[in-house]
Amino acid sequence: MPEGYLPIFIFLPVAVAFPIVLLLVFRWLRPSVPGGAKLEAYECGIKAASNARGRYTVRFYLIAILFVIFDVETIFLFPWAVRYKMLGWFGFAEISVFLAILVVGYIWAYKKGALEWV
Amino acid sequence: MLDTMFFYMFALLAVAGAILTITMRSAVHCAISLIASLAGVAGLYLLQKAEFLFAVQLVLYIGGIMVLFLFVIMLVNLDSAAKERQFHRRWAGGAVAAVLAGASALWLLSKGAPSFGSPVAQAAPSPDGNVEQLADLLFRQYLVPFELASLLLLVAIVGSVLMAKKRTS
Amino acid sequence: METVISHPLFVPLLLALCIIAFAPLAVAGTVLLERKVLADIQVRLGPMRVGPHGVLQTIADAIKMLLKEDIIPDDSNKGMFKFAPVISFFTAAICLTVVPFSERLRVADTNVGLLVVSAMSAVGILGIILGGWSSNSHYSLLGSLRSAAQLVSYEVALGLALISGVMAAGSLSMVEIVRQQQARGIWFVFDNYGLMILPFVIYFISSVAETNRAPFDLPEAESELVAGYHTEYSGFRWGIYMLAEYLNMFVVGSVAITLFLGGWLRPFPNVAWLEIPMNYGVPVLFFGLSGLWCLPASRKLPSAIHKAGLVFIGLCLILVAAVFAIPVANAALSAPFWFFFKLATFLYVLIWMRGTFPRYRYDQLMDIGWKRMIPLGLAAILLNALVGILRT
Repeated sequence: MPEGYLPIFIFLPVAVAFPIVLLLVFRWLRPSVPGGAKLEAYECGIKAASNARGRYTVRFYLIAILFVIFDVETIFLFPWAVRYKMLGWFGFAEISVFLAILVVGYIWAYKKGALEWV
Repeated sequence: MLDTMFFYMFALLAVAGAILTITMRSAVHCAISLIASLAGVAGLYLLQKAEFLFAVQLVLYIGGIMVLFLFVIMLVNLDSAAKERQFHRRWAGGAVAAVLAGASALWLLSKGAPSFGSPVAQAAPSPDGNVEQLADLLFRQYLVPFELASLLLLVAIVGSVLMAKKRTS
Repeated sequence: METVISHPLFVPLLLALCIIAFAPLAVAGTVLLERKVLADIQVRLGPMRVGPHGVLQTIADAIKMLLKEDIIPDDSNKGMFKFAPVISFFTAAICLTVVPFSERLRVADTNVGLLVVSAMSAVGILGIILGGWSSNSHYSLLGSLRSAAQLVSYEVALGLALISGVMAAGSLSMVEIVRQQQARGIWFVFDNYGLMILPFVIYFISSVAETNRAPFDLPEAESELVAGYHTEYSGFRWGIYMLAEYLNMFVVGSVAITLFLGGWLRPFPNVAWLEIPMNYGVPVLFFGLSGLWCLPASRKLPSAIHKAGLVFIGLCLILVAAVFAIPVANAALSAPFWFFFKLATFLYVLIWMRGTFPRYRYDQLMDIGWKRMIPLGLAAILLNALVGILRT
């Protein structure tokens, strides 16, 4: 493993355990009287009309998939950003072409109204 | 010693997660198992000193693609889909696929067998970090694939927008 | 003992324990600050009862939360419901481990520290999604969908702003980024003839949206969604989400400070004659004056215990000021002082924004994210690249 990561992996179980241990310790101190209306899902005081799991608008899906695409793009930019001074104008031209192709897609999606929420 | 321990931990996570992904019934549980498996693979990348790949695996696969999966699972009610005829009943097709996959894996392993015993060729230690080396390779040697990736992303934009727009309009 | 202290893992592990122990306390302090500042903006007093000027209010709240019943709805997916807040918490806490509070005061220094932060905040979205989904309530599910869509929308802009910063530093290691600013004698926000202000502003706006803070606090728009993704959570399980949210504020603040605002460096790091006034004058005056203010202010308080408490706090602050006047202590403490001073200012600005701006509508939020921030972020990258290459 490259140096510097060991503390993170030691920290990880501690960070996971911290909230769990607090919850477990205070289990003996806090009341637990389950039952009745408080175990129902909140629906402004009435009984829930339906199960919450249903069909929701496809826009959320569009947002998520566009996010994945643009996230891949930003990830590709990171190595260039670290080295852009050494890569010089050649690298700049490369990244311009790369971004130009994507900007075409972005403008097309914009024109199609894919970025519109309503 | 420590690395070996971490290797077995990550490998176990990756394999157990993968097995649970295909055996769990609830789609959300499958997705969570897949997340665990991907996290294990990210850890294996880290052990190979591929730090950039480790971070990318977490950012893109867990933070991007798995979020997309979970979104889709949340957007449609899959409980009804789970009641329908399951794919795993098709034993014959499954068996053929498993044998074929196993055979190809074995063939590849036997082809590469001589390299298992030999000492690993160490890359010359470089003053540059992992990301810097990657940048030099990506932007000097693999220029065309890099630009093609952009085209691929363009196709992905067009495809996803068309697919989602067809449903709404 | 000597070998234990000189072990390379000693400082990181000690600090890791400190982060786990003090982060909740820092969150308590921030919540108190938030309530007091908001009260001040709205011309009221805020909490005044528990401790002098209510300084112990959030501690009391935390104890109350720990002792409250932990309600797990019948229809929820129990295991997932219980574990989801923990995901939010540990991802936020791990981000803090790669932040350098000073040259030596850090848990981990990795070559890709900045990406570790991005990765962990990306994984943190899962906590919100799974928490909302497993509650099996309309409000929770809609809240988590909205919240996750908001987070992913602004993550793109956030990434683009980070790239501009990385270009200035030429490294992804958090320590190296600050060292570069030290070597060049400039905070990166003022680099490239002031052009770096653009990515900084993009980063700031996106980070406000990433932390679900006003004016982007739609996931918790109580008028339409009750409480968003944590509607069904109660007691300390809700408290964990709250802790994670405030830890995320610390994280985005720390990244902004490290990448754009000079990390642990004092203002004007290359002006030598400012060394004494900046490293000695500011902390001594800051702690000393606030300590001195406590002494006369204590007389106005009603009860004797509160009076004594405020005097005690004042004396403690004066003691801290005195410690900063000792050269040996100052050498070690001035760097973290500047880091936390900047962090506190950042948090203050976030609270100030919450007290000032009304909430955006959801379509406005998406418009800003996708139609303004992303093109601006790309433009900032190309502009900074052009200027950066021309300068070399």
